[in-house]
Amino acid sequence: MKDVSYINRPNRPLFVYAVLFLAFLYVPVLFLPLFSFNDSIYIAFPIENWTLQWYRDMFDNEPMIAALMNSIRVGAVASVLSTFLGVFGAKAVTRYRMPGRDPIVTVIMAPLVIPGIILGVALLILINRVGITPSLYTITLGHVLVCVPFSMATLMTRFEGFDKSMEEASADLGENAWWTFWRVTFPMVFPGLLASVLLCFTISFDEFILAFFLGGTDPTLPLYIWGQLRFPQRLPNVLALGACILVISFIVVFISQWLTHREPDSTRS
Amino acid sequence: MSSKQTFINIDRVSKHFGDVVAVDDVSIDISAGEFFSLLGPSGCGKTTLLRMLAGFESPTSGEIHIDGKAMSEIPPHQRPTNMVFQNYAIFPHLNVAGNIAYGLRKDKLGKVEQTRRVDEALEMMKLEGYGQRKANELSGGQQQRVALARALIKRPKVLLLDEPLGALDKKLREEMQLELRALQESVGITFIFVTHDQEEALTLSDRVAVMARGDVLQMAAPRQLYNRPVNVEVASFIGQMNFFDAQVVDVQGEKVVLDTQGLGQVKVASNGDLLQKDNRLVVALRPEKLSLSLQREVQDHVVRGELATSAYLGDRSHFFVSLDGYDKPVEVAGQESGLSSDRALERGSEVWLSWAEDSLVLLPAP
Repeated sequence: MKDVSYINRPNRPLFVYAVLFLAFLYVPVLFLPLFSFNDSIYIAFPIENWTLQWYRDMFDNEPMIAALMNSIRVGAVASVLSTFLGVFGAKAVTRYRMPGRDPIVTVIMAPLVIPGIILGVALLILINRVGITPSLYTITLGHVLVCVPFSMATLMTRFEGFDKSMEEASADLGENAWWTFWRVTFPMVFPGLLASVLLCFTISFDEFILAFFLGGTDPTLPLYIWGQLRFPQRLPNVLALGACILVISFIVVFISQWLTHREPDSTRS
Repeated sequence: MSSKQTFINIDRVSKHFGDVVAVDDVSIDISAGEFFSLLGPSGCGKTTLLRMLAGFESPTSGEIHIDGKAMSEIPPHQRPTNMVFQNYAIFPHLNVAGNIAYGLRKDKLGKVEQTRRVDEALEMMKLEGYGQRKANELSGGQQQRVALARALIKRPKVLLLDEPLGALDKKLREEMQLELRALQESVGITFIFVTHDQEEALTLSDRVAVMARGDVLQMAAPRQLYNRPVNVEVASFIGQMNFFDAQVVDVQGEKVVLDTQGLGQVKVASNGDLLQKDNRLVVALRPEKLSLSLQREVQDHVVRGELATSAYLGDRSHFFVSLDGYDKPVEVAGQESGLSSDRALERGSEVWLSWAEDSLVLLPAP
């Protein structure tokens, strides 16, 4: 008990609460991978036989592979584009004295709180008015809209984490704004850029509502899964696919968080 | 100093941030090779002034000339100044050599020459063998040397230093003060040094500008600043000082008589406008200009008091003496030898304070 201080002594009620909370969060999700190994197409306990068949089937499912590739393409473009926009936005709002900084940040962050369905309907009306055919491109643009706030948030943390006197020092040592960006700012925010790309990619990859409204004939993976749910015998395939997505998403988000919160190699300790 | 030519000319410079006046109509001339300090409490405008010299802020009005050239249209990366930042601003993604060589890209020196210059800088800063270290593996003092080397390798005409010793502990700070002064003498360029530490400013500088509220209160050599402050604010900011309210009661030819609160009636030489009859003023006396004795040894410039308390400081002692008609004890600095070894000097003892007439500093009443 000697190492235990007032603040970190064991607290049983808090521990129970934490366990219940984690269970509430993750148990439902864990049913998905669990039943993906179930031999039967019916979801019911007890599970009698285990199988990897549903995972094997995935590789032969051409429409699914196509949908996966669509999602990857949309995700790749949307994540890079929103990170590109995010880096300049984040630099601007963290570095420059400008009038209306706070309202600007609020407006940029607004898509976080606008319900997806409202955004979806609004964008659908917009592209119909303008006369653009719904396609993977329109989905990508929609995804950029929802990803930019996440990118901004990730990169603003990074920019705030390093002292602007670094950039001043570069200017002082003879480099103009362009070279300062490439020699100081970019290397220092690079982990943040990577984190932003990964985070935006997962958001785009999982996104359903906007894709549903803005999609054309090519489905993204979530749209494909939605379509499959009409066929009960396909459910195990969806479960296997879902389990894979779950695992990969977790890994990507974990890496992204690690990159964001990793101790910046700052001179301050 | 006046014999040298003006190298940096700060001409009626003001800087406003919204409604806040950070620097208010400041004019300073600094000669080449001078070690010049801007001294003042935080928020006095000293850092803003330095940042205007570096080009990170532009003056709201006024102009800065360096080496005869107006600076207002010249961005930081084209100015003949280099800066040592308060937190050093060492690039964390580069090693020590990379940091030092950062400013050499445009000089296109070639690998050999660049390495030679970096090694030279490492040697000058006593950092031999540290070239491959990461910035975060260095101590505060080493980081500061890297920052100095990185700035000096550009061979600037002016080195700007923004409280560079503030983050170091006392012992290291004193070492670095000596090194900085030696460095400045060896490279021979103008140093402009911002600090809130009056002792540091006095130790290092050829001249000091004392600033407050965006204004320069006094600009002088350290000795002059210490012995002849121009007002109560400067006098209380630089070192310890006892202040006595006073009024001119009589003018007797060459002499005037002051009635002071605490020191009684004091006769001083008449000079300046302060000494008109009935004028109110402040008489200031440094603790070390007062001497303390147990008997009245002189007739003039002496006053009786009672020892309130004393503080032993090792090499010297400070005595606090209560005087009649004065609300707080007067501080007296004395050598340890002699007086305080005398055990009889207890609280409440009668003591006599005396001073030389020319050590009295007469200041306008605030």
